[in-house]
Amino acid sequence: MFASDVLIAQNIGFAIIATIMVVGALRVVTTSNVVHAALWLVVVLAGAAAQYILLAAEFVAITQVLVYIGAVMVLFLFGTMLTRARIGAESDLNNKNWYFGIPVALALFVAMAMALDSGFGSQKMPANPAVATTQEISDQIFGPYLLPFWALSFVLLAAVVGAIVLARRD
Amino acid sequence: MLVNQFLLLAAVLFCIGVYGVIARKNAVLVLMSIELILNSVNINLLAFSMRNGSLDGHTFALYIIAIAAAEVGVGLAMVLLMYRNRRSIDLDELSEMKG
Repeated sequence: MFASDVLIAQNIGFAIIATIMVVGALRVVTTSNVVHAALWLVVVLAGAAAQYILLAAEFVAITQVLVYIGAVMVLFLFGTMLTRARIGAESDLNNKNWYFGIPVALALFVAMAMALDSGFGSQKMPANPAVATTQEISDQIFGPYLLPFWALSFVLLAAVVGAIVLARRD
Repeated sequence: MLVNQFLLLAAVLFCIGVYGVIARKNAVLVLMSIELILNSVNINLLAFSMRNGSLDGHTFALYIIAIAAAEVGVGLAMVLLMYRNRRSIDLDELSEMKG
C-alpha cells in the first residue's frame, strides 16, 4: 500500500506532531474556557516549532519557542487575567451565528487542497537539505533584507509606544 | 518527505484559524485564532524554503514572528481598553458604527 520510502522516521514524526497540532488547534477554537484555549495554543505552537526543526530551520524553531511560547503566551494569559475571564467554563464565547464558520472553513480547505494537489502533486523535498546556520540567516537579514529589517524595527517601536498609549490610565 | 504534507498541514491550521475568527465572540480568542493563521503561514514559508534550497523563507518567517508579537501587544492593549470602557470584551457589542 505504501511506497517503501513513506514509513521513514521523518514521516512518522511528522504524522505524530501534525496530529497533535490539529487536535490542539481544534481545541483552541472549540473549548469553552479561555485559559484552556491559551494552553492548547501552547501545544500548537510547540508542535510548529518541532515542524520547523523537521524543515531544517533550527534558528526559527528556537525563535518560535522564545518569542511565542515565552512572550506571546504570557501576554495572552495577562490579557485573560486583566479582563477577568472566569476561571471555569463560559457559555457565551461564540457568536450566535457561529455555525457559518464551518462551511466557510471547509470550502476554503477544499479549494486549497485541490490547488495544492494539482500544483505540487507528489513532489518530494530534497533528500539531504542543508541545515540553515544562524550565520547564513544573519547574512540574509543584514544583507539583502536590511530595509525590511529597519521597517520591522520601526513597527516594533511603534507597537510598543502604541500599546503603552492605549493601555495606560490617564 | 513530500512537499504537500507540510502545505496541507498549514492549510488545515489556516482553515481552523479562519473558523475561529468567524465563530468566536471573545476578543482574546479571536487574537489566538489569528496566531494560528500566522503560524500556518510560517510553516508554508519554511516548507518552500526547504523545497527551493534558499534561505529567504527563514528570513520572512522571522519577520512574521516579530510582526505577530507586535500585533498581539497592540491587540491586547485594545482589548484592555475595551474592557475598561465597557466591562465586556464581546466583539458583537461594538456596534456603534452600525447605520
